[in-house]
Amino acid sequence: MAMDTVIDMADTFGVGKQVHEQEVTKALSREDDSQTVGAPFVDAPRMVCRDVNVYYGEKQAISNVSLDVAEHEVLAMIGPSGCGKSTFLRCLNRMNDTVDICRVTGEILLDGRNIYDKSVDVVPLRAQVGMVFQKPNPFPKSIFENVAYGPKIHGLTNSRFELQDIVEDSLKKAGLWDEVSDRLDQPGTGLSGGQQQRLCIARAVAVRPEVILMDEPCSALDPIATATVEDLITELREHYTIVIVTHNMQQAARISQRTAYFHLGRLIEVNPTDQVFTNPRHRLTEDYITGRFG
Amino acid sequence: MKTENTSTMQVVNSGLAKRYAKEKRFRMLGIGAVVISLLFLVILFSSIVGNGYTAFRQSVIVLDIHFDKQILDVSNLRSANYAKLVKDAMSGLFPDVTGRSDKRMLHRLVSSGAAFQLQKMIIKDPSLIGRTVEVRVPADDEVDMFIKGYIPRNVPESERRISDQQMAWIDRLVDSDRLERRFNTTFFTAGDSREPELSGIKGAVTGSFFTLLVTLVLSFPIGVAAAVYLEEFAPVNRWTDFVEVNINNLAAVPSIVFGLLGLAVFLNFFGFPRSAPLVGGMVLTLMTLPTIIIASRASLKSVPPSIREAALGIGASKLQTITHHVLPLAMPGMMTGTIIGMAQALGETAPLLMIGMVAFIVDIPGGITDPATVLPVQIYLWADSPERAFVERTSAAIMILLAFLILMNGTAVLLRRKFERRW
Repeated sequence: MAMDTVIDMADTFGVGKQVHEQEVTKALSREDDSQTVGAPFVDAPRMVCRDVNVYYGEKQAISNVSLDVAEHEVLAMIGPSGCGKSTFLRCLNRMNDTVDICRVTGEILLDGRNIYDKSVDVVPLRAQVGMVFQKPNPFPKSIFENVAYGPKIHGLTNSRFELQDIVEDSLKKAGLWDEVSDRLDQPGTGLSGGQQQRLCIARAVAVRPEVILMDEPCSALDPIATATVEDLITELREHYTIVIVTHNMQQAARISQRTAYFHLGRLIEVNPTDQVFTNPRHRLTEDYITGRFG
Repeated sequence: MKTENTSTMQVVNSGLAKRYAKEKRFRMLGIGAVVISLLFLVILFSSIVGNGYTAFRQSVIVLDIHFDKQILDVSNLRSANYAKLVKDAMSGLFPDVTGRSDKRMLHRLVSSGAAFQLQKMIIKDPSLIGRTVEVRVPADDEVDMFIKGYIPRNVPESERRISDQQMAWIDRLVDSDRLERRFNTTFFTAGDSREPELSGIKGAVTGSFFTLLVTLVLSFPIGVAAAVYLEEFAPVNRWTDFVEVNINNLAAVPSIVFGLLGLAVFLNFFGFPRSAPLVGGMVLTLMTLPTIIIASRASLKSVPPSIREAALGIGASKLQTITHHVLPLAMPGMMTGTIIGMAQALGETAPLLMIGMVAFIVDIPGGITDPATVLPVQIYLWADSPERAFVERTSAAIMILLAFLILMNGTAVLLRRKFERRW
């Protein structure tokens, strides 16, 4: 039964010929099917996820994921398309609430509180856990307005000067200040793709979140813009906890401290990044990072 | 292998001509359809303009009016016999006309509105009394029709409403430069009248304005609020499906049904004033709401979800996301829908007949509760009138209505162009 699933899954990714039946059997015998390999838990975690299941209507997208996010780390989530890594990321600040048919069970704790508790308000939660999306999505407003919007709606400041300071500070953190300081009143949509994405990061940073979620932030960018954003992520790590979903394994290797490998809605392996890429412990992880499928 | 290839090519080539012919036929059909519709449009416009352009000129008779002290020597200047002033002036021009019936025929050349015109002059400026002033008074509509050539001379006298003698007098007036054609200001400044030469569309335009004002004030906020709720807040369930189906159904309901509803509910149940723009606007609101809701929902749907996510992702509440980001982006589309709905409402006649806006109203309405009529109903009323001169006025009113419609639709197109794709 479980083996069928794995073979189906292999077929799904068009590698049925490469993943031989014996190898799959070997993988299963090495580790228990439902258990995550490696070190999903840390001391003094920033966010704690336990037995998270996500359903889209009848379909289960995430099954039994338990994972900790440590303070001031970059946690990379990798895996083939449709493995649920983005879905899981969006659970961390309840962006999945916008999808009507989406249902989440299990616990996700932030500061010891389950964010899916009825008493939790998503507005302050999302101020605390910011998000940067796959496609740069600046508001069709000026650069200044884009960054100032978050602080404004949360009432972080009432004075124009403080607001300007926040905008400047955020744009500096996002490494965009030097490029746009003379045209803050220009529309944010007029920037290049890489600049737009950094503007979105500045916008997320301006609310002073504790955790920043990034959903493939570089997938729409060229290599040079990607390098800029990656440097930025490394710098941001000093102040923030970052969870990043990426398709690019080199990117995960470059910027993250820990890497989580997802497969068909299951968390297969979590380990320090260098270990995942040099000595993966699960056969599926190994197959993925060596490029046998994905 | 090679032979197979050539044969494939042969088959393809032999079929090519047929394919292209088909394509050509289709294109010709399309062009034909466009040409035919354009042709009809041209016919429509040219017939309306051809019939109506003369209405913008009006024949006037130049009279030397002597404001006789004796006639005007009354306590109330309003009730003096101004018609006599006009008659005296006419008789002065034609001293040879003596018989009673001849005189009556002569006086009929001048519009009955001339007396009111003199009355207004005197009340405005009583110092005119005792003086002789050159005044341009409107000619009777039959005279106007004759001058404009709608009444041919070669028709037997019994078949036209202007006698041979009157014709001779008119010729004499023209020869002595006493009969002029001037721009028809009355048409734009007066309300409805039984006399074509005294009737104007200002009453109908004002009525239309008040009615549309009520419609806009009611339907835009209600429509947008309904669209926002249905699109952004309402859960997807059987109830909202039901609402959606019914909104689409309402858009297809014949407009006269809304009129009946207005008659039953607004007039009979709530007791709102009959013939008033207030009720007309409310009925038209019911009619335009589905249009506005459907257009608004479509434009809300077209706002990219990434904008919503961006706002939600930094902690904007749902309402903030909508009011700060989604609504501004959807607004051009909503306004376009609203303007198109308004244009529909502007051209609507049937429901207004049911609530009494078809009444003959001379006064220009001063507010939303005054009795009023609207442009399309005015057109309907004039089209129904027997006088020949109302034909050109009907066409002229249609031209005015079309001008407003084109203006509104043009604004909608401009709005769409200006705000299209800002993200």
